[in-house]
Amino acid sequence: MTEVKQLVKGLADQYGRNEECLLPILQGIVTSEQHISEDAMVEVARELNISAAQVYGTATFYSFLHTKPLGKYVIRVCKTITCMMHGKNQIIKELESLLKVNLGETTHDGKFTLMETNCLGQCHKGPAMLINDKPYTDLTPEKVREIVMMYRNKELRSN
Amino acid sequence: MAEKINLKIDNIAVNIDEGSTILEAARKINIRIPTLCHHEDLCVAGNCRVCMVEQVDSDRLLPSCAMPVSEGMEILTNSLKVRSARKQVVELLVSEHRADCTRCYKNGKCELQELSSEYIVGENGFIDLVPLKNYSIDNFSPSIIKDDSKCIRCQRCVRTCNQLQNIGALSVAYKGEHMKVSSFYEKPMYEVVCTNCGQCINRCPTGALTEKTYFDEVWSALNSEKKHVVVQTAPAVRIALGEALGMPAGEIVTGKLVSALRRLGFNSVLDTDFTADLTIIEEGNELLQRLKKALVDGDTSVKLPMTTSCSPGWVKFIEHAFPEYLENVSTAKSPQQMFGALAKTFYAKKIGVEPENMVSISVMPCTAKKYEADRPEMRSSGYKDVDYVLTTRELALMIKQAGIDFASLPDDEYDSIMGESSGAAVIFGATGGVMEAALRTAYEVVTGREVPFENLNITPVRGMEDVKEATIKIENVLPEWSFLEGAELKTCVAHGLSNAKKVMEAVKAGTAEYHFIEIMACPGGCLGGGGQPIPTSPAIRKKRSEAIYREDALKPIRKSHENPEVVHIYEEFLKEPLGKKSHELLHTHYTERNRY
Amino acid sequence: MKKKHLQRLDLIFKNEHDIEAILEKTLKRGNDEIINDLISSGLKGRGGAGFPTGLKWKLASEEQTDEKYVICNADEGEPGTFKDREILQSVPHKVLSGMAVCARIIGAKKGYIYLRGEYLFLKPQLLEVIDEFHSTLDKMGLDFRVEIFLGSGAYICGEESALFESMEGKRGEPRNKPPFPTVQGYKSKPTVINNVETLAHTYSIFKYGPDKFKDLGIQDSRGSKVFSVSGDTPIPGIYELEFGMSVQRFVDDFGDGDAKAVQVGGASGFCVPRKRFDKTVIGYQGKLRGTSLPTGGSMMIFNSSRSMYNVLHNYLDFFVEESCGQCTPCRVGTQQLLLGIEAVKKGDQPSSYLDRLMDLAEGMRVTAKCGLGQSVANSFSSIVENFKEEMIY
Ligand SMILES: Cc1cc2nc3c(=O)[nH]c(=O)nc-3n(C[C@H](O)[C@H](O)[C@H](O)COP(=O)(O)O)c2cc1C
Ligand code: SF4
Ligand code: SF4
Ligand code: SF4
Ligand code: SF4
Ligand code: FES
Ligand code: FES
Repeated sequence: MTEVKQLVKGLADQYGRNEECLLPILQGIVTSEQHISEDAMVEVARELNISAAQVYGTATFYSFLHTKPLGKYVIRVCKTITCMMHGKNQIIKELESLLKVNLGETTHDGKFTLMETNCLGQCHKGPAMLINDKPYTDLTPEKVREIVMMYRNKELRSN
Repeated sequence: MAEKINLKIDNIAVNIDEGSTILEAARKINIRIPTLCHHEDLCVAGNCRVCMVEQVDSDRLLPSCAMPVSEGMEILTNSLKVRSARKQVVELLVSEHRADCTRCYKNGKCELQELSSEYIVGENGFIDLVPLKNYSIDNFSPSIIKDDSKCIRCQRCVRTCNQLQNIGALSVAYKGEHMKVSSFYEKPMYEVVCTNCGQCINRCPTGALTEKTYFDEVWSALNSEKKHVVVQTAPAVRIALGEALGMPAGEIVTGKLVSALRRLGFNSVLDTDFTADLTIIEEGNELLQRLKKALVDGDTSVKLPMTTSCSPGWVKFIEHAFPEYLENVSTAKSPQQMFGALAKTFYAKKIGVEPENMVSISVMPCTAKKYEADRPEMRSSGYKDVDYVLTTRELALMIKQAGIDFASLPDDEYDSIMGESSGAAVIFGATGGVMEAALRTAYEVVTGREVPFENLNITPVRGMEDVKEATIKIENVLPEWSFLEGAELKTCVAHGLSNAKKVMEAVKAGTAEYHFIEIMACPGGCLGGGGQPIPTSPAIRKKRSEAIYREDALKPIRKSHENPEVVHIYEEFLKEPLGKKSHELLHTHYTERNRY
Repeated sequence: MKKKHLQRLDLIFKNEHDIEAILEKTLKRGNDEIINDLISSGLKGRGGAGFPTGLKWKLASEEQTDEKYVICNADEGEPGTFKDREILQSVPHKVLSGMAVCARIIGAKKGYIYLRGEYLFLKPQLLEVIDEFHSTLDKMGLDFRVEIFLGSGAYICGEESALFESMEGKRGEPRNKPPFPTVQGYKSKPTVINNVETLAHTYSIFKYGPDKFKDLGIQDSRGSKVFSVSGDTPIPGIYELEFGMSVQRFVDDFGDGDAKAVQVGGASGFCVPRKRFDKTVIGYQGKLRGTSLPTGGSMMIFNSSRSMYNVLHNYLDFFVEESCGQCTPCRVGTQQLLLGIEAVKKGDQPSSYLDRLMDLAEGMRVTAKCGLGQSVANSFSSIVENFKEEMIY
């Protein structure tokens, strides 16, 4: 069995094989792979006995279920009103120059993807961002540098 | 008994069953409310918002297709508020639509166009969104063209493919401004599970889903001196073509069809019904052979139930969805492909035409037939057996282009050699027809007597029920069939692929024991095929079905094995059913296909 | 003269130590009694639509089937709203108690918290609380289990019927109504769906009785309300205040002294310009005049340095992206509004085109399928009407 097959089967064993299990399974794939590949979708369709197009249609509806490869750490900066008022553009500029990518891109080493997202529910502490599921708030360019540094060190250590 | 509800629409009192929608109530009193996402064959969506009506004293408008009636309701369908809302919805749809009607295949037959001609949008519409969109056209399939720039996102196709047909080739993808109708991973239609059944085409209100047309190729063949152009017409064309040429549903136009084809310049006007009869002989014998192998020889490798193979949508479906059952499908080719293989061999020789100079055309109620003709297996004659497949709609268009007044054409008759047919062949066009035709022949082969049904009408397999079952008891058989004495032949008939799926799942689960299953990919059988005139509805399909059985009853010959041209081709060319020649020309094999 | 500050309430966030006891006591009471308390308290949904909570539970309890569901809507996606996160973090027991009582009343055995994907970080802590809560329920002999269902980044899934679709493994496309959730909700079964804050309030009503709740607020708007305050304010954060204050009173307390507008209710709410601060009262639309609070209590303050064009542009951008896309007025209308204000700003369209856009917004309000498309007109019209010059120049 291929790795994806294994992963999907494991998730289906864990959550079940009804249509109601589709989102949890897709979320499980994203947790371990960051994105849902074509093969993974076909496997999900097979396990749940639904059409692959339905899996694709559902996945593309949700902004956190990506169908294109992403980096290990997905940075999502809030672009909604209060974060915008409090300088999210500066934060994005800082991140772009730190990571040497433009919005929507992944760093060459495959570690970071930089994206924007809608309101994170942290508006009183804007600008805010998520790195994978962890929120960071009251961002300033300095703070962003520290955060990125921290992740980079973590990566160095884990290598 | 449902409770009755009283309401008023445009001040006219209506009394209607509880649970009905406002739209239904309005139709009952002949008030037309425009609709786009609504379709009689499909569940309610309520997403286009053109059917909005006003409820007196209420602020928001109501979608009449989705809103149930309630007691004392007062509805206005033509208030200022309603009209301006409708116009706005049309304007919005047009603003994201590449509205180049003059170049569009749907021009004159398009629901969006019709609506915008009522609510003249004019010059000061909204900002044109088309240049900002990345619309694409998928025309790689031999059957279907999907043009996203013509799509109004009513999801009729998605509901058709997922509910009516239960195939799931189409889905809605993305949200917001990017929301679109898509296949798996936006792959081209020919790469995915799409069966080419064309049911989505029949229900698409615009030109976003259409069949791939071949009439230009056919016109050039017709105008080529060197070419001998042979045409075959499927059973279901003759009872529906009239609809596309201004006649009411349910007219039998066989004679006019033949006249028209001659006028268009076809050199041989022949009938797929001939090979439908031939199919019955081949497929019927295959069934009897399988039964014999299983019952007498104890051969456990024989696969039963056997299913029919004449619907190419069904064949592709089983290749994708139940590949473990491919050996259950009859190896007999569909009538179209049997015809094609014989046209460029037997017939060409008979009339003294070199097969390379022959162009073989078929007129079909079906879009999947285009794909079928393109399959690499379908070259038994050494050439492409069927060169071009036209839908009923394309033929209607050609007749119009030629300036022929169809209604006033005289009746004419098919050419001989491959133009004769029985009533059994005609009913191939309706769900249950192949089963009935097969039983008429098989029963007689085995017992020497006609099937024990009045006027040969095997009514249990007729009608629009989702899945029909019939058990035929076989008694007093001829000596060579003694192993079938007392046997009960269990048959099943399903139409529409969602019903086919139900049947196959039951077979797979072991809860259904059949010997022979007839499956047609389209609702109602070929008469409801994806190449038939638009619109389609249960009422229209019923009329077509009645016409088919009328045509059967009128035929002097009602049984396939009594078709003299069929008898003749065995004597002269094929020698025997399932023989060597048959295997070369009339049988095929199937291929497992992907899951998406 | 310094005005008195608005009274800060502490009903929701007060750390109560008797939650278990109150739950036990409440479960001993009859269904009708509890429902009547809820109805007479005047509690209305805090998720946006403001439907009376007691009545919702009653309707679901009257449905005759044995499979029913209670769902806590924690999808909190409205820009400028963040109070549900805080409630789930600090007083989740109150929310769970509300769900349990509701389950007993309507006869549900299963409950879900639909938690937005952005709040995934809350999940571990919440799961612990739920586990603990399950043993409490076992002790009380109530057969009810709560699970967390995680969203995945789609604002529209906060709309109740889209939320059901999402839980059923589909795209979050809102359904036609009727049927309403209390008749056909999750898996087409009768379902009560309530906002996090609504459920937390039920606890206060169980504990203190309906009168204490009813004494707060005004007319059709009873009780306290948790506000999410953000924008140009020196003290952004979460505040529990009484219904019935004027925007002026609010701005006096929370503004930076230069407020020119307050957006009440998030991107799908209304923009109140300075000249209407006095006349606008915060509360459900009812018999009151000039009131507005259509969503979950977001208050965004803009001072005079802000361009209202940018504000509106940001909102429209949000809607263009977050519309589910199924219905014409919303899918295309939002794009037209956005491109339309851009075109006017650039001079590609005359300023009179704004009137056409106002008509469009009004049309969307009456034709769109769900609350998202219907409420785009709220912010659009109130901003364009009051800040027309900013749209043009
Ligand atoms: C676009 C849209 C988004 C919504 N988002 C939320 C939400 O995030 N949280 C919420 O509680 N209600 C939301 N609602 C309202 C819900 O549909 C529903 O009315 C509410 O959950 C009912 O709970 P309540 O009666 O306690 O307010 C939203 C409605 C719409 C139209
Ligand atoms: S789909 Fe209809 S409206 Fe669109 S271009 Fe074709 S005919 Fe015109
Ligand atoms: S042709 Fe048939 S199978 Fe293909 S997309 Fe249309 S409905 Fe689905
Ligand atoms: S392709 Fe046709 S049927 Fe499908 S959504 Fe578009 S317009 Fe509707
Ligand atoms: S109004 Fe918008 S969000 Fe609601 S159903 Fe229509 S398109 Fe979807
Ligand atoms: S606006 Fe950025 S978190 Fe809400
Ligand atoms: S026909 Fe009623 S909403 Fe489309």
